[in-house]
Amino acid sequence: MSTVMQREAPPATTGTVETFTVKVNGREVVVPRTTPDPVSGQALATTMIQACAAVGVEVPHYCYHPKLPVAGNCRMCLVEFGTPALGPDRQPVLNPDGSLQIRKSPRPAIACATPVSPGMEIYTETAGVKQMREAVLEFLLVNHPLDCPICDQAGECKLQEYALDYGRSASRFEEVKVHKPKAVDLGPRIMLDDERCILCTRCIRFTRDVVGDDALGIVNRGGYNAIAAYPGRQFDNNYTLNTVDLCPVGALTSKDFRFQMRVWFLKETKSLCAGCATGCNILVGSRADQVYRFTPRANDAVNSGWMCDAGRLNYRWIGREDRLQTPESRRSGARHWSAVLEELAAVLEGAPPGSVAIIASARQTSEELYLLKQLAAHLGARTDSLPRIGEEDKFLVHEDKNPNSNGARLLGVCYTEMGINLPYVVQDIEAGKIRTLIVFGEDLTREEWELPEGWLDKLETLVVSDILPNGLTKRAHFLLPGCAHVEKRGSFINAHGRVQRFMKAVEPPGDARPEVELLGELLHRLTGTPLPASLEGLFNRMCADTPALKGRTWADLGDQGVTVPV
Amino acid sequence: MIVPRRKLSFLERLYLPAILSGLRVTLRHFFRRKVTMQYPEERWVVPEGYRGAPYLVRDQHGDTKCVSCQLCEFVCPPRAIRIVPPGPDGPPADRPNAEKMPKEFEINMLRCIFCGFCQEVCPEEAIFLQQDYSLTGLARGEMIYDKEKLLDLGGIHQDRHLKWQRKHAEAESQKVSPPS
Repeated sequence: MSTVMQREAPPATTGTVETFTVKVNGREVVVPRTTPDPVSGQALATTMIQACAAVGVEVPHYCYHPKLPVAGNCRMCLVEFGTPALGPDRQPVLNPDGSLQIRKSPRPAIACATPVSPGMEIYTETAGVKQMREAVLEFLLVNHPLDCPICDQAGECKLQEYALDYGRSASRFEEVKVHKPKAVDLGPRIMLDDERCILCTRCIRFTRDVVGDDALGIVNRGGYNAIAAYPGRQFDNNYTLNTVDLCPVGALTSKDFRFQMRVWFLKETKSLCAGCATGCNILVGSRADQVYRFTPRANDAVNSGWMCDAGRLNYRWIGREDRLQTPESRRSGARHWSAVLEELAAVLEGAPPGSVAIIASARQTSEELYLLKQLAAHLGARTDSLPRIGEEDKFLVHEDKNPNSNGARLLGVCYTEMGINLPYVVQDIEAGKIRTLIVFGEDLTREEWELPEGWLDKLETLVVSDILPNGLTKRAHFLLPGCAHVEKRGSFINAHGRVQRFMKAVEPPGDARPEVELLGELLHRLTGTPLPASLEGLFNRMCADTPALKGRTWADLGDQGVTVPV
Repeated sequence: MIVPRRKLSFLERLYLPAILSGLRVTLRHFFRRKVTMQYPEERWVVPEGYRGAPYLVRDQHGDTKCVSCQLCEFVCPPRAIRIVPPGPDGPPADRPNAEKMPKEFEINMLRCIFCGFCQEVCPEEAIFLQQDYSLTGLARGEMIYDKEKLLDLGGIHQDRHLKWQRKHAEAESQKVSPPS
């Protein structure tokens, strides 16, 4: 992949923008003369479709997308309009009652590309407009294969939706439809069906203007127009799957989600991507406690409306067969939460101060890290978490692969430079000063941490909480199975200090429990004081105790999160 | 309301005339045409359009018609239908351009209420309520019919449209799209 990614330019508008009044279906609305272009940030004239959106009037459209440059090729958004009439003296003509006389345009205009002007009136619900929509839709369906039963887009397809509103019950087309290639391999993650394509060019504009990888184009002429990748090239940048969301029909489909589940069965839960510190907002599509797909959720402060392919496909492990499901004390053989936590609390109670260390993970939620910090304070334990650095690009992917590094820093689990404490902890373990180690969500036996041979052998007690079995969980004396982030609620703080929350989509397997529950119970046993029973209460308590989060509440976060200084 | 009780006559109080007239009715039935059916040795003729158990059908070429669109699963009021779609690596469809076919298709006949919504909603005419009305089994598991069993019981449906085969022939005859 040889692409130049561009970070989205900030809006270039300076100062106040001139505003004026237009009417949409008789309702007045004040609109700015210019609106920043979603990609370049350049000030462009405000269009009719934006004025309609401002009063909540939806104009049917295929090629227009609020986050992409305007193409104006589908013609679905045709509307009628009128402008103030001018007399021979170039002055507005007034009605007898003193209002502006409106001269209705003899021709319709596409709402997505026509600028509004002062006093303009837009009509989106007239009989003429309805007729135009019906005619445009009939043309779009001329060569459409109508294979909805085998199309993955069915259920979230704009053609289906508008066909219901403006379509005919039977086709008038008597000729033979043009057949184009089906199931075309466009790239490693994208399947193309040229017959279904309505040539709106959203995918072309997205990959060219937003991603900066000019990989797609239209080839052939007339009825044989087809989307294709540049000859000899694959459509394989890290943002290809966004074109599947953008495609208003079923032309571009995801190979990963291909024929997996019909979309109307999927329960959509607001969540976050845990793949890196960007914290893209997502929807988790699940059915019967199985996750089927991640799709991006719009948040202009974080990911606009996009996400990378790597993050989107990072869900398969959640349903793995070998997930840790049963709590275990390998000393007594206890396999129930109450027995295991009771035994663990007794062990920790007896540990002298300074003989315990806690290694947390910056992939955990802020609430879990807060409880671990409380545990550390009670036990007099040293804490740290581990850095996870990878490749970044100039668009969404962050080099920090931990979703909650700033949470770990703000809550005092680690220093600004993560992992700086770990060598000293290991030194103290080897020297026999630290006898008990508590590890959450990190496999310290992996070679990338470069720890000395045999350092675990000196430990008296190893407590491990994780999701999947690994080298460290095999050595643990106490094993506490936890949850993937789609199986619990919580919050992350992203690289730019955005505090965002995520909701529970599916149930955890077996006896696995959200870490806040098991940590809360453990702390209750150790300190004798119960913690807030709900996650909301815990979050609010955490904010009250943390200077950087002071005054924030769970309810404040909403769907889009709030920004705190980091 | 009070209903005055009529005084019975002597004959009525005697009781025997009523017994005899009853016996006469019974006796008359001995010499009439018999209407009782010896079920289950004898079965009635199921009328046209009867809504019995839903089964999957094949077309006259022996191809599975279901394309796993899961509309029947969605519309089924008692949730008797469960379909496992093929996924990206599933078994290829019998008709190549239909692209997909269910990997697994189960109907729980204990749950099915024979409402016929599945037949009505099916865009491929692949499921029909047929004539079986008496389904029995020795265990609950036996009453969950899988894809093979449903296809065997369903038999052949003479398809008048053969949509996919026609589309395939049309595309073959055009062959104008340059290779991508």
